[in-house]
Amino acid sequence: MNIALLLEMATDGAGDRVALGSHSGGTSYAGLLRLARNTAGWLASQDGERAAVLDGNSPAVPLLLFGAALAGRQFAPVSYRLASAQLRAVLGRLAPGVLIAGPGAALPEPLPDGITAWRREQLLAAAANPSGGAVPSPAAPDDPAVLLFTSGTSGEPKAAVLRHRQLVAYIIGSVEFLSAGPREATLVSAPPYHIAGISAILSSVYAGRRIVQLEAFDPESWVRLVNNEHITHAMLVPTMLTRIVDYLVATGERVPSLRHLSYGGGQMPVQTIETALRLLRHVDFVNAYGLTETSSTIAVLEPADHRRFFSSDDPGERRRLGSAGRALPAVQIEIRDPDGALVKPGVAGEVFVRGEQVAGEYLDGNRQDGDGWFATRDAGHLDEDGYLFLHGRLDDVIVRGGENLSPGEIEDVLLAHPAVRDVAVIGLPDAQWGEQVVAVVVPADGVAADGTALQHWVRDRLRSSRTPSRVEFVPALPYNETGKVLRRRLREQFGGAS
Amino acid sequence: MHDAHAIDLKPGSRWRSAVCESEIIVVRAPAAPVLLCIGGAPVLEAGRDQPAGRAPDGALAEGTLLGKRYADETSGLELLCTRSGAGTITVAGRRATILAPRKLPASD
Repeated sequence: MNIALLLEMATDGAGDRVALGSHSGGTSYAGLLRLARNTAGWLASQDGERAAVLDGNSPAVPLLLFGAALAGRQFAPVSYRLASAQLRAVLGRLAPGVLIAGPGAALPEPLPDGITAWRREQLLAAAANPSGGAVPSPAAPDDPAVLLFTSGTSGEPKAAVLRHRQLVAYIIGSVEFLSAGPREATLVSAPPYHIAGISAILSSVYAGRRIVQLEAFDPESWVRLVNNEHITHAMLVPTMLTRIVDYLVATGERVPSLRHLSYGGGQMPVQTIETALRLLRHVDFVNAYGLTETSSTIAVLEPADHRRFFSSDDPGERRRLGSAGRALPAVQIEIRDPDGALVKPGVAGEVFVRGEQVAGEYLDGNRQDGDGWFATRDAGHLDEDGYLFLHGRLDDVIVRGGENLSPGEIEDVLLAHPAVRDVAVIGLPDAQWGEQVVAVVVPADGVAADGTALQHWVRDRLRSSRTPSRVEFVPALPYNETGKVLRRRLREQFGGAS
Repeated sequence: MHDAHAIDLKPGSRWRSAVCESEIIVVRAPAAPVLLCIGGAPVLEAGRDQPAGRAPDGALAEGTLLGKRYADETSGLELLCTRSGAGTITVAGRRATILAPRKLPASD
């Protein structure tokens, strides 16, 4: 058993249905399986255990994902945004193996030993016909399926290992087979080196939902493709949704075919969700929380929750609109204090997760404890009904005078101020309090920002301990390629002065 | 029902019927080895050849459905049907039940 089983089942159940591409002229499930088998034959004739891809979303990605499984190779999508030296180091860790490069990819010169590069077109040509060469030997359930370099917001990228049994457990445990209607189509815009780009392919194939790929994201292309391809489903990371909402507001364009929108991969400002809910009333919203190391989603805030909490007058219910929802049925979530003890509902700590889909493993070793629990390094709390609230990365939580402060809570308040376009709240060393709260603000266009007014704004809405002691102004915040603020860089930038 | 043919059903292991086209994968292992039959005959490991000329027991021929999950509460066994066939799945003589479809929203 390996992830190719999912495609084989879709082929048995709906072989003629379009799997990938346009409704007319796309590739069927049977066609996709044939291409993946040919890809496996080609991979079997190549040296090395790894099949890396340096590309945006293109047909090469699903072909290599399933082809590698059928050939017992490990699929390793690599970010095309890495600087040359970093890219060379990442590829060096993947050797020996092949690298499929998209048209825009800049390859390091020389390539690391053991890496053979091919152009995307060469792979697609090879996949068009059976190789007739070496016979591929498929991956076993416990073999690694996918290696993903976790983007991280601090330190060196680590290669997370996802095994076939974990990815299959995730899909079988969370997706109903061929549950998609024949007119449903999903737009994949998360990059292939992000877990959401991989899980979107696996879940859509198993659900029987046609996949349309957006090679590289920008809001205008996304909206155009939704309308041209009659897209019904999409998944977005936070900066994508913010930019789409801005674009829809600015242009007046709409996306009438869209019915279902999931978002995740980082903290989403509550204001963005509220604007999106008002703008797209015909759309079901799902907040999905997950990590690369957990084979994607482990908790969801469902569409009915969004509607109920958005329209509620009860502050407790209303707050849940900013939660990550509840654990999937096949997943257990716990909150623990720094000593490893379980905490009560409402008390913050570190988020721990357990389940068959949880990998918690990197190329240099497994980080699960003996009972299968994985420490996410995310801070958060569960409320009395099991709704999970995330406070950011554990390393980003501000500890001021013994009190744990969540940057996200303060950021949400500041974002509601008309003079604030974007904001990151960070903790900087403080002689008296241990850490002080510092707000790094991008002022809204044309509106003069006043640091003191922003401090008053927070003090009036939250406790005084949460009020920034400093407000800094910048033209833009540094983000990584999947929309996470690089707080480490802000701490370096503002940590020196006082 | 004797359990001389009880087998160790590891999660992820794949099996096929000896008497119809059905194929299954173990999603959740039973607490102890158990006799698993489809169409009245013990299952075979996936990839093994079927004996020629056999058919499901007429009383155990309601069929299996591709992509449906089957469970036996007594043993804790849960299966996924990866290929449809004519036989009925039984666990230690009990008919396995189809689990209701999940109502989870698409999240990726």
